[in-house]
Amino acid sequence: MSITKDTVKKISKLARIASNEKFEEHMIKDLNSILKFVEQLNEIKIEKVEPLASTVEQELIKRDDIVKLMNEKKDILVNSPVDNEDFYVVPKVIE
Amino acid sequence: MSEIYQLSLTELVKKIKSKELSCEEATKSYVDRASKSKKLNCYISETFDEALNKAKELDKKHNPDHKLFGAPMAVKDLFCTKGVQTTASSKMLKGFKPQYESTVTSKLWNQGAILLGKLNCDEYAMGSSNETSHFGNVINPYRNDKDLVPGGSSGGSSSAVAAHLTSATVGTDTGGSIRQPASFTGTVGLKPTYGRCSRWGIVAFASSLDQAGPMTKDVADAALLLEVISGHDQKDSTSAQKEVEPFSKNLNHNIKGLKVGIPKEYKVDGMPKEIIDLWDKGVEIVKSLGCEVKEISLPHTKYALPTYYIIAPAEASSNLARYDGVRYGFRAEGKDLIEMYENTRAEGFGDEVKRRILIGTYVLSSGYYDAYYLKAQKVRRLIKNDFDEAFKKVDTILTPTTPSSAFEIGKNIDDPISMYLNDVFTVPTNLAGLPGISIPAGYDQNNLPLGLQLIGRPFDEQTILNNAYAIEKNINFKPNYKDWWI
Repeated sequence: MSITKDTVKKISKLARIASNEKFEEHMIKDLNSILKFVEQLNEIKIEKVEPLASTVEQELIKRDDIVKLMNEKKDILVNSPVDNEDFYVVPKVIE
Repeated sequence: MSEIYQLSLTELVKKIKSKELSCEEATKSYVDRASKSKKLNCYISETFDEALNKAKELDKKHNPDHKLFGAPMAVKDLFCTKGVQTTASSKMLKGFKPQYESTVTSKLWNQGAILLGKLNCDEYAMGSSNETSHFGNVINPYRNDKDLVPGGSSGGSSSAVAAHLTSATVGTDTGGSIRQPASFTGTVGLKPTYGRCSRWGIVAFASSLDQAGPMTKDVADAALLLEVISGHDQKDSTSAQKEVEPFSKNLNHNIKGLKVGIPKEYKVDGMPKEIIDLWDKGVEIVKSLGCEVKEISLPHTKYALPTYYIIAPAEASSNLARYDGVRYGFRAEGKDLIEMYENTRAEGFGDEVKRRILIGTYVLSSGYYDAYYLKAQKVRRLIKNDFDEAFKKVDTILTPTTPSSAFEIGKNIDDPISMYLNDVFTVPTNLAGLPGISIPAGYDQNNLPLGLQLIGRPFDEQTILNNAYAIEKNINFKPNYKDWWI
């Protein structure tokens, strides 16, 4: 499988990264060489192996259900690029 | 030893506790040295004034019970520090001031360490040379006639420890980001078992692989620091409910009878003779210390890097979806919401981060998930099984840390694959969740440091620390760079 300019366009869209001709040209070579590299895995025949998502072997534990005061509005809004009173401001969403 | 900053962390804390030195003297020594060392570009943010004030405050309430009492310490800029800019070396987070403290760093301050500042790294910890940082290259204190990279992603950390700009530090390691830079700078780097330290408050890269760990001047310092930063945290459900052992107290260089494995698959084609010689030297040393050396096989080793370069970008593409220009960090304008997101991410992320997000998005996208992501997860299982089998026969595994010494700035930056190959010996450990330590073991023909790696069983950091401690004592590595940048 190889990545074409259209693929770069499509995955850039999925990843919400603005793309243009120059960016696509620039990325296409690197992405294909990375893909070629990872496709070494095709050498191994594996069907009956259970996939491994995490090496953690303990059971997930439950926390006591206690209300804690954290993430206060004024603290959270300190880092927002644009805000107004208690709200984040974004470009208009509804016509 | 003529200067305070040359002391190891362990020695420094001992002298402060016994009041032979004050916290203020210690902090001043590091602040002066770091202020004269800006050419190395280790620090992104400096908190020197606050550190000096804190030191004076600590001198008034002397507390010898604190394990790091008075130790001035800068940390990788991937750890969220309350009220202090945390950037992950990205334009995206320039100016970001967390309103909370990461669990690992709060453990440092609770034990009396003093924040000196935030250390440069590769952008979002993605890189092996510190060249992807938005804040510029870090320079290695070791050099030949040209400036060399300090390794990555914890390159500011490794260079700062080697050049004595911090008493010790914590880095993070997803595929080798603590051990490879330690190897390039003649310092000690320990990646603990996955789950040993809380990931809460660390800017996430690949959540099933990321782990924080000590980067220090020697093995005893690594044991001390690991003891401080380990432990279960309710805020990270993957952090292990294991008792934290007194690693520094248990440190013991008698390793007689230890079974040390030498994986034959790590003898890769084209491996430089110097690296082979270094590895042989390591084998001779452990034999002379009474260890039983056994050849072992880790058959899927060659598939570790390809597996990593599917799994890590996949997790990164998901983790980095949070940078949307709305809640924190950089925002670029756009005519509507989607265009604002797209422009923000196009301008806020650097090239390597975008490459990884795109690869990650591709391998997770409909039609490709099974062929890439699921397949990689299956191979990950085989890689872990290889280690499980090996550890039935041996107690530790000895390998080189890297396939080369530090390289020139710019040498690999245009070829992602040759850059990725730096991590060929470190990545398998992350995939299997195991602890690994790199210690300086000698010099190459250009007088650049080279490291040896020891890999251990899950949660058996003590054994690799002891093994490393014994090798360190035998090799007696001494830094040999000149302060050329001052």
